[in-house]
Amino acid sequence: MRYDSPIAAVGNTPLVLLPRLSPSEDVRIWAKLEDRNPTGSIKDRPALHMIEQAEKDGRLTPGRTILEPTSGNTGISLAMAAKLKGYRMVCVMPENTSEERRQLLAMWGAEIISSPAAGGSNTAVRVAKELAAEHPDWVMLYQYGNPDNAGAHYSGTGPEIYADLPSITHFVAGLGTTGTLMGAGRYLREKVPDIQIVAAEPRYDDLVYGLRNLDEGFVPELYDETVLTTRYSVGSEDAVTRTRELLAQEGIFAGVSTGAALHAAIGVGRKAMKAGETADIVFIVADGGWKYLSTGIYTAPSTEAAVEALQGQLWA
Amino acid sequence: MAIEVRIPTILRTHTDGQKVVEGNGGTLAELIEDLETRHNGIRERLVEGGELRRFVNVYLNDEDVRFLDGISTKLSDGDSVTILPAVAGGATETAVGQRKGMR
Repeated sequence: MRYDSPIAAVGNTPLVLLPRLSPSEDVRIWAKLEDRNPTGSIKDRPALHMIEQAEKDGRLTPGRTILEPTSGNTGISLAMAAKLKGYRMVCVMPENTSEERRQLLAMWGAEIISSPAAGGSNTAVRVAKELAAEHPDWVMLYQYGNPDNAGAHYSGTGPEIYADLPSITHFVAGLGTTGTLMGAGRYLREKVPDIQIVAAEPRYDDLVYGLRNLDEGFVPELYDETVLTTRYSVGSEDAVTRTRELLAQEGIFAGVSTGAALHAAIGVGRKAMKAGETADIVFIVADGGWKYLSTGIYTAPSTEAAVEALQGQLWA
Repeated sequence: MAIEVRIPTILRTHTDGQKVVEGNGGTLAELIEDLETRHNGIRERLVEGGELRRFVNVYLNDEDVRFLDGISTKLSDGDSVTILPAVAGGATETAVGQRKGMR
C-alpha cells in the first residue's frame, strides 16, 4: 500500500484470523494488529486525530506547544506527530517512569516534566492541568476527555473492522482511556445492532492496588457504560498466559494488555460455543511486546516464572 | 465440585486470612449465604438491601456480574468468583512506565 507521507500511514491495519486460538471452526477469533502503526501502537490513531481536529477548529496553530499527561503510547505517538508537524511537545509523566520510555519520547524531541511518583497518573494529570493554567498558550489535548480520541476509532478502527468482517459478533478491547471501545463500539453497533462490545480491564494483585490507592475513583470523561455489553476483569496471571500463548501458537509478539484482551475474547468465545452459536470475535492488539521485554515474561522458562516476574508490576 | 471464591485482602479477616475459599449456590446470592455460614460477617460487607454494595465488584469467570444478573446471576459447579473492592477503570495507559518504580 502506498501513502503520501509516513503520517498518512496511520491506520489500515491488518485483521488476521487466529486459527489455533479460535475455540472452533464456528467460533473464530480475529486479531486487529494495531502494532503495525507508525510508532507501534494503536495510540497513533487518537494522537493524530486529536491534533488534526484541533488544527481544524483553530485550537492548535503553528508554533504552539502541545501538553499531555502520559508516559505511555499516547505520548510517543503525539511526540512523533508533533515533530513532523512542527509543534513543541511537553509530556508530564511520573518521575519513576522507565528509562526506555524517556528515550522514546526524547528521540522525537519531546520535553519531559516529571510529576511526583505518588499518585501515579492521577498526579500527572493534575500537574498537567496546573501547567495548562499557567501557560494559557499551551494546548492540552487531554486524551481522557477529548471526544476526538473516541472519534479516531469511530472514523477509523470501527469502519476498517466492519469493512473486513461484516459478520462480526463481538468486539473486544482493553479499557484505558476508553476511547477505542467508545468510538469503534458506537460505530460497530450502528452497523450490527446486536453486536457485543466487551471491555477487558486489567486487574492487579493486592500489592499494586495498595500502591494505586490514589488512582481510585478515576473514570475518564469519555467513558459511557451504555456502550458496553459486558466487562471482564483480567488478572496478571491470565494476561501473561495469553500473551505467551499468542506468541507461541500464532507467532504474534504483543504487549501484556493485549493478552488481557485475548483472555476476554476467549471468554466470550467459550460462552458462544456453550450456547451453540457461531461467532466472529475481533480483539485489539494494542501494541507489540518491545516495550515490555525488560519484564522478562517472553523468555521466562515457564508461565509460572513469567507471572512471578510480573508480580507487583503494572502492565497496562 | 464447588465454586471457587477469591477473597480480597480487605475481607480476609472473615476467612482466617485465606485468599481462596469454596462455596456452593445456584446464584450469587445463595453463594454469599453459604459463605456467611462459615465466614461470619462477610455477607454484611458484600450486600446491602438485597443488592451488591456499590463499592464491591464481583466477577464470574472474570466477567463483571453487574453486566450479567447482578446478585441473581446463576452459578455452576466449577465456576470461579472473584470479589474485589471497586477501583475505577482508566488511567492505566500512563501506568506502564511506572513498572520499575513499583517493585
